[in-house]
Amino acid sequence: MVPISYYLVLSAILFSLGVVGFLIKRNLITLFMSIELMLNAVNLAFVAFAWQWKSLNGQVFVFFVMVVAAAEAAVGLAIIIAVFRTRETLNVDRVNLLKL
Amino acid sequence: MIQAVDYIRVLPEIVLTLFGVAIMMVEGALPPRASRKPLGWLAFVGTLAALAATVYQAGYPGMAFFGMVRVDSFSIFFHFLIAFIAALVVLSSFEYLDAQQIRGGEYYGLILFGAVGMVLMSSAVELVLIFIALEISSISTYVLAGFRRRAPSSIESSIKYFLLGSFATAFFLYGVALIFGATGSTRIYMIAETIQGGKHSAMVFTAVALMFVGIGFKIAAAPFHVWTPDVYEGAPAPVVGLMSTAPKAAAFAVLLRIFFAAATPGWFWPVWISAALSMTLGNISALVQDNVKRLLAYSSIAHAGYLLVAFAAARDIGISAAMFYTAAYALMNVGAFAVVSHFASAGERYVTLEDYAGLGRRSPVLAATLTIFLLSLIGIPITGGFFAKFYVFSAALKSNLVWLVIIAVVNSAIAAYYYLRIIVLMYMRDAREPAPTVQNVSAPLGVALALTVAATIYLGVLPGRVLDYASRGAALLVR
Repeated sequence: MVPISYYLVLSAILFSLGVVGFLIKRNLITLFMSIELMLNAVNLAFVAFAWQWKSLNGQVFVFFVMVVAAAEAAVGLAIIIAVFRTRETLNVDRVNLLKL
Repeated sequence: MIQAVDYIRVLPEIVLTLFGVAIMMVEGALPPRASRKPLGWLAFVGTLAALAATVYQAGYPGMAFFGMVRVDSFSIFFHFLIAFIAALVVLSSFEYLDAQQIRGGEYYGLILFGAVGMVLMSSAVELVLIFIALEISSISTYVLAGFRRRAPSSIESSIKYFLLGSFATAFFLYGVALIFGATGSTRIYMIAETIQGGKHSAMVFTAVALMFVGIGFKIAAAPFHVWTPDVYEGAPAPVVGLMSTAPKAAAFAVLLRIFFAAATPGWFWPVWISAALSMTLGNISALVQDNVKRLLAYSSIAHAGYLLVAFAAARDIGISAAMFYTAAYALMNVGAFAVVSHFASAGERYVTLEDYAGLGRRSPVLAATLTIFLLSLIGIPITGGFFAKFYVFSAALKSNLVWLVIIAVVNSAIAAYYYLRIIVLMYMRDAREPAPTVQNVSAPLGVALALTVAATIYLGVLPGRVLDYASRGAALLVR
């Protein structure tokens, strides 16, 4: 039997990888994939907790998160295409018309 | 068992969704060259219907859908505010869309869908439902931010908002997962029962911190505010009016529920620090801006800071002060952006402070309206902003947050400088040559401005009724 802490540590590692990827990568698609990785890390945590509490709720939440992530992907990819159309690049450093 | 009354308790959401869907379907059926104005009016009727639904649902307080949604004075307050703001934004969009030659009925549909999410955020008492509502409102505003899709700045604003917004919601969701792990529930009132009295594990504290990060992004509180100026500068002006007010109000409602209704521990110092940082960074950065939209973006960061002061204050007076502040801030800000969007004209050409020089002579009514909103943002008496600040600061003083109040008062003084700078420019400077042309204000925008001015003054002269309602909501929230 694998203890629950293993799952949680794995989920924390995946989440951190997503955060680090978001912060250091420069391609818009990669940034977007990092966010998806973070959401899936959360899904793993939900499933692990659902098992710990012997409650199905946590597993149902995963489906909600997946649906939301899909909706987000639809809108996000459309925006990324719009960016590419106006700039012909996907590098975030060159999406810099507005000063930061 | 789901009963009919359950549906009444989500009636504003249902009404807004139906109108949004109707707009999307009619949009497809209209010939491509036809005017999209009728869709705007449909959206306006939708927001009025949502207001009516809110009034109706106020007679049926209680839980719905197995304790997922809760209708009480607190949620009614926010439902009313959000539907009202949506109506104002729809009214102020007609003229703007014409000026920018944007022909897309889905614009109005997206405003309504966004409002669905925000309304649901304020009445949801289950964290996963709150997450879904948050995403409904966010995804609509991501699209709205990029609605001038031929303008690179608008698309840039959209992608920045999208990436940072989704990044933030992932944090919020991780917080939800951890609190589920720590307490075995995601229902706010169940969490409250589990948490009270028990010893708090590190997991609860981490969860609260992560949720604060997620919501902090949405309300643009420092240090999670860096996206705000860029997004507000690039997005269409009426959309900024919407997204700097309604989603923020909804996010504050969520934050109030998480902190006070769920009685989560460990948020006091993070909120204290975030409030001080937001006020200081927002106001100091606003001093050097020369783009009006950017200036108002920094001002909205500062206002998020004042609002967080109320969070740090004691429970019930702090909550009602925060609710009052949200309403007053939302009204004056949506009004200010309505003026900015009118003045920006085609391609959003006139958005620098220089363009506002001499506006007092060229179009006195518009300048006077903007002046009222700016005075209210400063917090001058007889405007809503004065009582909003007054209640927040006095709530904080009653809770012995002397240092925070000192920081807030110093900041209000700094803020007066850049708001007054616009007023001085409008009345005491001559326009540059060639002067920007100001179109006549169209009837819908005129109505929207009149309503916001009236509401701002009403809150500044007779704040009693709204404050009473807010106090009732606050009392119910903490139970």
